[in-house]
Amino acid sequence: MSRSPGRKQENHKISRELFVLTYGALVAQLCKDYEKDEDVNACLDRMGHSIGIRLIDDFLARSAVRKCRSYSETADVIAQVAFKMYLGVTPSVSCSSATGNEFSLILDKNPLVDFVEELPAERASLCYCNLLCGVIRGALEMVHLAAEVSFLQDRLKGDAVTEIGITFLRKPEDRKNRK
Amino acid sequence: MAIFSVYVVNKAGGLIYQLDHYAPRADTEKTFSFPLDLVLRPHDERVVVAFGQRDGIRVGHAVLAINGAEVNGRFTADGKDVLEFLANPANYPVSIRFGRHRLSSNEKLMLASMFHSLFAIGSQLSPEVGSSGIEMLETDTFKLHCFQTLTGIKFMVLADPRQTGIDALLRKIYEIYSDFALKNPFYSLEMPIRCELFDQNLKLALEVAEKAGPFGPGS
Repeated sequence: MSRSPGRKQENHKISRELFVLTYGALVAQLCKDYEKDEDVNACLDRMGHSIGIRLIDDFLARSAVRKCRSYSETADVIAQVAFKMYLGVTPSVSCSSATGNEFSLILDKNPLVDFVEELPAERASLCYCNLLCGVIRGALEMVHLAAEVSFLQDRLKGDAVTEIGITFLRKPEDRKNRK
Repeated sequence: MAIFSVYVVNKAGGLIYQLDHYAPRADTEKTFSFPLDLVLRPHDERVVVAFGQRDGIRVGHAVLAINGAEVNGRFTADGKDVLEFLANPANYPVSIRFGRHRLSSNEKLMLASMFHSLFAIGSQLSPEVGSSGIEMLETDTFKLHCFQTLTGIKFMVLADPRQTGIDALLRKIYEIYSDFALKNPFYSLEMPIRCELFDQNLKLALEVAEKAGPFGPGS
């Protein structure tokens, strides 16, 4: 079962509903297991992290992107190539700081929350899609870019759009062991 | 076989996977009478042929077995020194098996780490900033191709110098790694790869690459 670089998705179609339902079940179970929203968020972030550290090689192997030379290039690749490849949506990117290391991805469509209307009252500070933050953080870590990723705005909490903020923590100086 | 081996090295320089794809070379076993017309000498932990190449026994071949019993480095199975044994006319006629010594797994680990360091040196020696490391190492009998991913894993393929399509093969091996090693939830990152599916698919990819090359398998 060899896959060509332009991977044909029709070979392995799994229902999107199944994926969304699985994610929903995961969050629901975590809510039962943990009382505090922060714990659920942290758990989702950890899970996302362990997905991200493995997903990055799959992404690099299939998309064959070249090494990014700047933070803005990296943010563009995440939004336009990675999100498109894995979730089928393309968020828009904006740079939100003068220092050039803070970026926002604005998602107008988020497939994970297709069937979620709003958060229950007792779970007001739950970040439903925190898994995505963990995935991005883990993936960036594996290509030696430390970053903090979090939800700045969330439609589920009543904001207008869903916004993921990526803050790159360290400037890449000339490292000895280059990629 | 046109593709000889595949090595996968992790970020720290440790060998996490190794596959030898060439057919085992034929060993030569012959019966000799005193005096031995081959010149033997000790080399590392083995006794090798230094001179007197003939009949399939080549310079560099190691003594693998004497009278059917495998030698243990420089000593025979019963603990005698091989060179002393062969210098004694009373032990003749004797049947000796010669063959090419294959690298042990410890030697492979060491060589992989060494290559990892050389790779880093290669990129530092470059006059240009941001150069890649060693991508190809060429000798008269094989070419070593190396591909380093952005995450720091190195895939090395040793192939016949005339074999083409190794770049595509390296990318394919990367895909196979990201599929069958990384997506296996029980595989820990940076650890030796012990996944059956990875082995199988890798061998399949090697066969495809060999068939697509300019010539078929040959030794």
